[in-house]
Amino acid sequence: MAIEAQGEATGLSFHPMEQFIVRPLFGDGPVHWYTPSNVTLWLFAIVLATLALLVLGTRGRAIVPSRSQSIAEMAYGMVHKMVADIAGKDGLKYFPYVMTLFMFIVFANFLGLLPMAFTVTSHIAVTGVLALSVFLTVTAIGFIKNGAHFLDLFWVRSAPLAIRPVLAVIEVISYFVRPVSHSIRLAGNMIAGHAVIKVFAGFAAIAAVAPVAIVAVVGMYAFEILVAFIQAYVFTILTCVYLKDALHPSH
Amino acid sequence: MEGNIGELGQYIGVGLTAIGMGGAAIGVGNVAGNFLSGALRNPSAAASQTATLFIGMAFAEALGIFSFLVALLLMFAV
Amino acid sequence: MISLLQEAVTVTADHTESLASSVAYGETETATGLPQLDLSTFGNQIFWLVVAMVVLYWVVAKIALPRIGAVLSDRQGAMTGDLMAAEEFKLKAKEAEAAYDKALADARAEAGKIVAANRAEIQKELDAAIAHADAEISARTAESEKRIREIRGSADTDAREVARDVTAELVRSFGGTVDQAAVDQAVDNRMKGALQ
Repeated sequence: MAIEAQGEATGLSFHPMEQFIVRPLFGDGPVHWYTPSNVTLWLFAIVLATLALLVLGTRGRAIVPSRSQSIAEMAYGMVHKMVADIAGKDGLKYFPYVMTLFMFIVFANFLGLLPMAFTVTSHIAVTGVLALSVFLTVTAIGFIKNGAHFLDLFWVRSAPLAIRPVLAVIEVISYFVRPVSHSIRLAGNMIAGHAVIKVFAGFAAIAAVAPVAIVAVVGMYAFEILVAFIQAYVFTILTCVYLKDALHPSH
Repeated sequence: MEGNIGELGQYIGVGLTAIGMGGAAIGVGNVAGNFLSGALRNPSAAASQTATLFIGMAFAEALGIFSFLVALLLMFAV
Repeated sequence: MISLLQEAVTVTADHTESLASSVAYGETETATGLPQLDLSTFGNQIFWLVVAMVVLYWVVAKIALPRIGAVLSDRQGAMTGDLMAAEEFKLKAKEAEAAYDKALADARAEAGKIVAANRAEIQKELDAAIAHADAEISARTAESEKRIREIRGSADTDAREVARDVTAELVRSFGGTVDQAAVDQAVDNRMKGALQ
């Protein structure tokens, strides 16, 4: 038994990180910045999926919506309400931007869950660019809308004067950590979920634990579907929160 | 497997770092539990606070993800 | 940190035996690396991400959102329109009901009026007939009374004639001379009250 297990164990191959490798779409060779890679493929799959849902799905423009149109309307209504509730009415000007982010992330996460798929949002390069773009946009909006008044965000007037400098340091640090946590949260969730599924799938090679492993994979997969949506939701909602801070910096 | 004491230290470090994610789990559980107890006391206010719930969970979870990231870095990048 | 990442890049490689040909980097067979930290692919990812995001933003902002927003506002408009139409119909129904009630009341009043008019007319005719009958009755009564009175008067004078004649004859038969005036006087005295 022990020998068999040992034999099987040596046959086990865990490659949880292999699914994240970026490789050229056609042939081998180095990945230059312009090379069409699997990232390119899945990015445009996301664009096409969004196009299918939001444009083709609503082509009927029906008063009584079809199935795809009501999903598109639900997504529209959810993000619209989120922006209006959190960032306020003046934040609605940035609704297309927030909607684009939401659709991109939600489709990246869901398409990444397809077997053999590549998860674009599991890469820190991708989420980092998204988070940095949010950070820079929001900071720019803050300074353009409020001028120097935007710095009130860091100067907590409700606190006693003595501890305000300390709080200001903390606020500045937390402000600059925002893009980091914003991007790492999404990428980390995706990496972790996909890696865990891969590890469980690797255990399925051992006949004795295969049923358990398969059940675990199914369970993790269901959980990952939930996580895929929640992470997109959280990314969007945090974008709205940052937008609110930029538009109304006073605490 | 034999030999390399540095690799041993690396794996121990990864394991220790992974404990940090337990803290995040406790934190997320705390957020959800407190939300639930509050929501059961005042169900009418619960729906309006789900966004806050997710923001709180995201912040709590982010720190666990940081420790996961450190574990990954230790595992693969060191 | 950066040096660490770069080191990771140079050392990176997964267990490459299963994807033998396609690994473009890190030919080392044991070292593992996080593909996420492979800086050589960052340029590629960022470039294509920016392209995809620009396309996606254009699709979402220029086509999808205006369309969905228009559909939603159309529906809102249709719904409020329908509600208003329903309200209008309700109002109309109420008006129709009021008109019906009014027509009913009018018809009732008209019927009442007609009934009253007929009744009045009949009453008038009846009154006239009664008056006519009364007049006829009274005329006949008067005539009858007159005739009775005449009869009674003629009977009175007849009885007086007879009594006078009888008295005069009696007086004559007893051998007296008939003083006509005295006889008349006596008869009238006797008759007074008897024929009344």
